[in-house]
Amino acid sequence: MRTHRKAAALLAVCALALAAGCSSGGGKASEEKNGEGGGAGGKAVTTDRLKIAMVTHSGEGDTFWDIVQSGAKQAASKDNVEFLYAANKEGKEQAQLIDSYVAKKVDGIVVTLAKPEAVKAAVQKAVAAGIPVVTINSGGEHSEAVGALSHIGQEESVAGEAVGEELNTRGKKKALCVIHEQGNVSLEARCAGVKKTFRGTVENLNVEGTNMPASTSSIEAKLQTGKDIDTVVTLGAPFAAATVKAKAGAGSDAEVNTFDLNAEVVRQLKAKEIGFAVDQQPYLQGYLAVDGLWLHRTNGNVLGGGKPVLTGPALVTGKDVPALEKYTARGTR
Amino acid sequence: MTATAPAQAPAPGDKAPADERLLKTSLLRRLLGRPELGSVVGAVAVFLFFAIVADSFLRASSFGTVLYAASVIGIMAVPVALLMIGGEFDLSAGVLVTSSALVSSMFSYQLTANIWVGVLVSLLVTLAIGVFNGVMLTRTKLPSFIITLGTFLMLTGLNLGLTKMISGTVSTKSIADMEGFESAKALFASQVTIGGVNLKITVLWWLALVAVATWILLRTRAGNWIFAVGGETEAARAVGVPVNKTRIGLYMGVGLGAWISGQHLLFSFDVVQSGEGVGNELIYIIAAVIGGCLITGGYGSAIGSAVGAFIFGMTSKGIVYAEWDPDWFKFFLGAMLLLATLLNAWVRKRAEATR
Repeated sequence: MRTHRKAAALLAVCALALAAGCSSGGGKASEEKNGEGGGAGGKAVTTDRLKIAMVTHSGEGDTFWDIVQSGAKQAASKDNVEFLYAANKEGKEQAQLIDSYVAKKVDGIVVTLAKPEAVKAAVQKAVAAGIPVVTINSGGEHSEAVGALSHIGQEESVAGEAVGEELNTRGKKKALCVIHEQGNVSLEARCAGVKKTFRGTVENLNVEGTNMPASTSSIEAKLQTGKDIDTVVTLGAPFAAATVKAKAGAGSDAEVNTFDLNAEVVRQLKAKEIGFAVDQQPYLQGYLAVDGLWLHRTNGNVLGGGKPVLTGPALVTGKDVPALEKYTARGTR
Repeated sequence: MTATAPAQAPAPGDKAPADERLLKTSLLRRLLGRPELGSVVGAVAVFLFFAIVADSFLRASSFGTVLYAASVIGIMAVPVALLMIGGEFDLSAGVLVTSSALVSSMFSYQLTANIWVGVLVSLLVTLAIGVFNGVMLTRTKLPSFIITLGTFLMLTGLNLGLTKMISGTVSTKSIADMEGFESAKALFASQVTIGGVNLKITVLWWLALVAVATWILLRTRAGNWIFAVGGETEAARAVGVPVNKTRIGLYMGVGLGAWISGQHLLFSFDVVQSGEGVGNELIYIIAAVIGGCLITGGYGSAIGSAVGAFIFGMTSKGIVYAEWDPDWFKFFLGAMLLLATLLNAWVRKRAEATR
């Protein structure tokens, strides 16, 4: 009885709070007012139903891979494909996931090669079993060696070099490269690329990627020590926001630039809090991989002619914001 | 170290002379007997070390940054320390912070409600998860390690799954333009400038929590219960300590801390990444242990956990100020913490020997 009364009281409080507290600005209501169609839902083709699986090295809750998946799902629904997805940060686990899809006899597999040595054997087993494999994202140089049809992604060092050159034209002298996952090969490659073309000096900083306040204070500490740092390059979209915060805390006027896009970065580009962002178009990587496998299955096509198909780097600045805003808001750019 | 309740400070003006347990001890003796003493020495050592090797460490602005880093850990280290004194662990504490921020943000956003509604709902949810942990523990009698490991994994999954299901992406939508955002931000993520030092409001939350927890531990009956439960559960039960209620209360304390941290996380960035927080639970436990809490329970202090968090904050930022090779960051961090803890243990042993 007592618990009943308590629950009732709780409900009453919630209802009261709801009735009293409506926000007149923002929120879901404003989103619905703006009326936004999602990226999913298309018309199916008449080819047979295929099953295509994707195995990535994504961590949990990574915005980037979310966009890759949206692209893949869009292509899947258009091509009458059943799309399966699995991810694990550990190379060994990733290999096991590939093995399980081979055992399931799927019609095609999309794989990332962040840890090529670990997944190589599994990919070769898939190819030997007659399952076409397309690799995406990083590790393009290993794609042919493991027997993949084609590679769709961004050369991390090329992207880094593009950033270095852009920093040169912006007249920067000293850059800080923020690595949010220590020991990640592709992140290190980006910083190395920046170092290669940038005429000033580049310093690296490792931060705890899963802990935003700690990342913020580390960047803040670094900016307090290196007063001559005039630009910060972050390697993931959420860390740009952390850097903008850290900059204010440290009283630094360094320009913030970042790899990858999300809705928040677009807003900051618009507000001139961020100089430029490097987009590698993750949506395209997911979309083209599934579409490429479907074309291969149904029409014998091969994408790329033995060379990697690059989806980036595309430099995005405040000028591009009006065109991008609605895409980032629905999570497809 | 046997599990003991803290020596009750003799009441001032006590006249009864005969009983030796009521003898007045000198202030120095009493200080030496405190659990946090060793960690204070460790903190001073770490501070002096970085003051010498890193020139920008001593600047007033740097101090603000270090305090901020320490406070973010410290807010959670206080309830986690209390829980450890009570003899239990909470491995779900790290992701619970993220859950708290996600609930608050998504509730307000999806219902287009005032931000404060979400903030209060989030408090109810975190406290409920604390009750869940506590009730599961007391009902099943399984080790808290297993129970909270389960909650940890479930919350990690829920954070991701629910966010994706509700928001469509793995991060929440911005709530910066909604009603009540500014006032909530002022409470959870603002900063004040005192004498050239930028102090984040989390530092105040942290100090307040330490003060309240210390008062509970040393001056209330609940404090005695916590020490008793962590020291010798069956004996405590035999003398009438409400063991189960104490434990559930301690888990609710962790929920409260997670709520404050979570709201800070949300209002300092206005969006939350659902995958955050994994691994932080260990940092909270580390802070409590550096601060003198015993892993086996029954011994420790809230002030100690604050000193532990401060050591952790100083070390992790001090390495950046010292501009050591970033590739070696984790190594230096581990080595410094180990040294500080060794010093801590050594000092404590000495202090006990002189008693």
